[in-house]
Amino acid sequence: MRDPVSALGGQSHEGFARITEAGLQGMITLRGDLATGAIAKAVKAATGCALPAQRAIVTKGTASAAWMSPDELLLLVPYTEAEATAAALSAALAGDHVLIANVSDARALFRISGVKADQVLAKLCPVDFARLPAGELRRTRAAQVAAAIWRSAPDELSLICFRSVAGYVFDLLAISAREGSELSPT
Amino acid sequence: MSTRLATGGRLIDRTKPLDFSFDGRAMRGYAGDTLAAALLANNQMLIGRSFKYHRPRGILASGVEEPNAMVALGQGARIEPDQRTTTTELFAGASAASQNAWPSLDFDIGALNNLAYRFLPAGFYYKTFMFPRFAWKHLFEPVVRQSAGMGPVPKQPDPDRYEQAYDFTDVLVAGGGVAGLAAALAAASAGQRVLVLEQTAHWGGRAPVDGIEIDGKPADAWVAEIVASLGAMPNVTLRNRTMVAGVYDHGYVVAQEAVADHLPGTDLPRHRLWRIRAGRVIAATGAIERPLAFAANDTPGVMLASAVRDYVVNWAVSPGDRTVVVTNNDDAYRTALTLLDAGLVVPAILDARASVTGELPAMARARGIRVLEGRGIAKVKGGKRVKAVQVCVQAGEGAVLETIACDCVAMSGGFSPVVHLYSQPGGKLQWDGANGMFTPDPARAPTGADGAAFVACAGAAAGALQAAACLADAHSAGGGKAKAAPKAAAPVEAPMHPVWMMPQGAPVALRFKMLLDYQNDVKVSDVQLAAREGYESVEHAKRYTTLGMASDQGKMSNINGLAILSDALGQPIPATGTTTFRPPYTPISFGAVAGEARGEIFAPLRRTPMHAWHEAQGAHWEPVGLWRRPYCYPRAGETHAQAVNREVANTRNNVGLLDASTLGKILVKGPDAGRFLDMIYTGVMSTLPVGKCRYGLTCNENGFLIDDGVVARLSDDSWLCHTTSGGADSIHAHMENWLQCEWWDWKVYSANLTEQFAQVAIVGPNARKLLEKLGGMDVSREALPFMTFAEGTLAGIPSRVFRISFSGELSYEVAVPTSQGMAFWNACLEAGTELGLMPYGTEAIHVLRAEKGFIIVGDETDGTVIPQDLGLGWAISKKKPDYIGKRAQERSHMTNPERWRLVGLETLDGSVLPDGVLAPAPGVNANGQRNTQGRVTSTYFSPTLGRGIAMGLVHRGPERMGEVLDFIADGKTIKARICDQVFFDKDGEKQNA
Repeated sequence: MRDPVSALGGQSHEGFARITEAGLQGMITLRGDLATGAIAKAVKAATGCALPAQRAIVTKGTASAAWMSPDELLLLVPYTEAEATAAALSAALAGDHVLIANVSDARALFRISGVKADQVLAKLCPVDFARLPAGELRRTRAAQVAAAIWRSAPDELSLICFRSVAGYVFDLLAISAREGSELSPT
Repeated sequence: MSTRLATGGRLIDRTKPLDFSFDGRAMRGYAGDTLAAALLANNQMLIGRSFKYHRPRGILASGVEEPNAMVALGQGARIEPDQRTTTTELFAGASAASQNAWPSLDFDIGALNNLAYRFLPAGFYYKTFMFPRFAWKHLFEPVVRQSAGMGPVPKQPDPDRYEQAYDFTDVLVAGGGVAGLAAALAAASAGQRVLVLEQTAHWGGRAPVDGIEIDGKPADAWVAEIVASLGAMPNVTLRNRTMVAGVYDHGYVVAQEAVADHLPGTDLPRHRLWRIRAGRVIAATGAIERPLAFAANDTPGVMLASAVRDYVVNWAVSPGDRTVVVTNNDDAYRTALTLLDAGLVVPAILDARASVTGELPAMARARGIRVLEGRGIAKVKGGKRVKAVQVCVQAGEGAVLETIACDCVAMSGGFSPVVHLYSQPGGKLQWDGANGMFTPDPARAPTGADGAAFVACAGAAAGALQAAACLADAHSAGGGKAKAAPKAAAPVEAPMHPVWMMPQGAPVALRFKMLLDYQNDVKVSDVQLAAREGYESVEHAKRYTTLGMASDQGKMSNINGLAILSDALGQPIPATGTTTFRPPYTPISFGAVAGEARGEIFAPLRRTPMHAWHEAQGAHWEPVGLWRRPYCYPRAGETHAQAVNREVANTRNNVGLLDASTLGKILVKGPDAGRFLDMIYTGVMSTLPVGKCRYGLTCNENGFLIDDGVVARLSDDSWLCHTTSGGADSIHAHMENWLQCEWWDWKVYSANLTEQFAQVAIVGPNARKLLEKLGGMDVSREALPFMTFAEGTLAGIPSRVFRISFSGELSYEVAVPTSQGMAFWNACLEAGTELGLMPYGTEAIHVLRAEKGFIIVGDETDGTVIPQDLGLGWAISKKKPDYIGKRAQERSHMTNPERWRLVGLETLDGSVLPDGVLAPAPGVNANGQRNTQGRVTSTYFSPTLGRGIAMGLVHRGPERMGEVLDFIADGKTIKARICDQVFFDKDGEKQNA
């Protein structure tokens, strides 16, 4: 490995919420029949996370497991561990019909933080933030591109998008977070 | 004259004067004024000219229904036409200009049209299309075009920014008047999420102006209390300056918030378009007063009675010293009383009703106002300002009984509930004959997915015009129990009497002067003419006369117009019906519709990890899908063509570097993956050995070629499919579609890994040397022969090296993790210096591949081309029982030897054929068009050969080698010989080196 860089190198913007490109994040796509115990077992062994229920994201330490569709999970692990984790999963599920791919470099991760973080995303995503609990990952869109969002900490939302549109998404988030344009009536 | 009163004005702040201008004249108003109020305070009643006859137009109303008082607001890039002064909040430095007036508002040449009104009747416009035929183009069109149009259009880009936002609610209340607030409180108290949207800056609607008392308090105090309680509830959101524009199926609501119209030049978004999902919509949108149709009712100074009251109470503006009130209902008496309270004069109230007995008239009489029963206005005297009214008997034909001097007329023809939001998603109306109005029919409300009504009108919008009934209705619409409803106290109003024309027997000379649609100059006589000419449907009559087609969308004119139409057709009003209510309720800005999507973020721009480097090199960009790829890298003093020639030559002679990261990369894995790919591709992928690559063609089920690319077999059960840059998403979707909908039981998973890898093509005779310099893998001819790949490490970076070629050169494509793409690119640049390395762009790719006769999907194909047309039969398996497109390709039309097929084309003079040109054939087709026999699909100057080369699809092309065709370009004939499309290194010695 030589000088891996994230899409925007950790760029950030301060508005009525703080926008940060979160740097390199290990991500693994796992497709398979989630109903078989084998996947739950392998995910638990590789990440420590239980199999997430529909629309849920489960976090354990530095790893998370998110439900993406009835036959797809997204596993989040530290960037440097992604290859090894993917290999471990492949080994554990060698006999099963699954697809496991390291997609760490195909994505970008943003954090939107502050008490008004919801309002930034409410300008871009058709999501009812009042009814988005912690522990749920929502696949949606941010303006014109696909996105996945969840509450990653108190007063913090995380957003994953494709890496090639990271610049577009950053600009969207930054303009939406401009001071004075809060959605809460004053 | 109109002027500012010394005291009063519930919405203005006299400590904050604001300077503004109208037609260049300096004026002063106060914070809290609307532009219309401030203009009136400066005695500016005349605001513009009408659309068709250029008649003088003054302020008629005080809200969204205003058809007349429109101005061009702002200057330079911020100038915006048709801004409604009655809803524009005054701001410091506002610059307003009148419209439709030339050379000046007071002296307007277009007003000559007014003298010719007999020659510009309803449908004039359509009649000019028809007869005489020549006249439209040469006579009418230039004249109509000159006189039409409202305000000026800005010539510069909009300097403001806009945005959109999403919201969700159980109950959306449209309208923050007392009805809306009562409904909101009832719904919120039941624990529902409530969103209240009010189009103006103020809560409470017109109840405070009308002097209503609620729960023993003046309306103002009650409103302040309720707004405070709602504001304190966590389940309630209140937004003012937010107009509900449209209600759609499934509770989808669009509203526009005027965030910064009153704060121009700040960094705030000017407008915000709200896109809301509401479980239920309560339309507490009130009612709009109707004008009366009497002669010269458009003279400036004739206003709606409710508006006169608003100007006095809200903004302390006197619209005139002497105001005659003309009405068919009790509500207008409030205006007379308000004017008296303000110290102004009301010489008379003309009431069209034969007998007037209500509480409000009694109060007026008690204060000494002359109330004339059964009277109306025969005609208003005055040109640019009311001077007097001529009084007549309403039941008669307009004989003048007396003339009363006045400078303002306050008219009221009754009220029309604002049923727009109920009607837009399909709610039906019923006619209330007693009150002369359409009200929502609760039995035929718009229904949601569950079959239940999801829009209800509340208060005046539901036809409950009087305060007590209005609040009770609204409270109940919000789900409240009857006994808990707020109690309103107001004088009881006697029934109104519908009046559609004043006087009822008006002769034609008067009807010619009775305006229905003020902005579009549609008169009673026009609607009657339309009826006589056979326009019986209200929708037809509307379009023929343009009634209701002005920017107020009929808020003033519709009911009066269809009453006149019904009368002319001799049928009751419900038989005529209304026109369709369509969103938006009032105009919304294009800026809000576009939202944030402008400039850099107009559309997503996809960037490869080397994008910034290309930009720094001054690359000339070519858009490819949503990507931007370098077309070429021009050096100082170089044209793009010269740069392309240099890049091609260097790649042929030394080594070129290409950012191929945009190529689609789809991983397909599973026990059935081979079988699946044998269906997706025309060739056989299941037999491809691990470590090998194979070129594949993808067709749709009609047999047409939709994509191509190299497939590599990664392992026993996994393949990596390369697609074109623009095809990655659509081919992945194509695969998923077949997997999910047709072959759901096949054990195959796919994943789009396009962005996981940066891909770099290293192309040219020195390519192997460059890879060897990077070090880490054996890339020799023996270890890595053509159409194979290997995995390892190059320059310390994990790499998958494909030995494939789209140029005919010795060529490698190296895939590395995207996060290390730039590092790999830099390593190549460094290692390549002494090998003559240069980056090249997409145009060089195109030339290189054309010299080799390789096709590009989208150049050689256009959605009607099958692989067989392109001589790609070698990539189609004859042995496979099936693949997507196979049966289509067996149709007689597809196997017809007469099809146009791919050939090379070389001009006899070595010039470059223009792209897309056709070769004509003798005769004409069934449409009388000249027959053709071929067209150019790709054409370039080949720096390698020093002449033009081209490919094209030609009728029976490959059978006609050596034949010379005439291509026609810009009237000139260019001769080109049909040849083999492989122009360079036919035996592939270079790529196999």
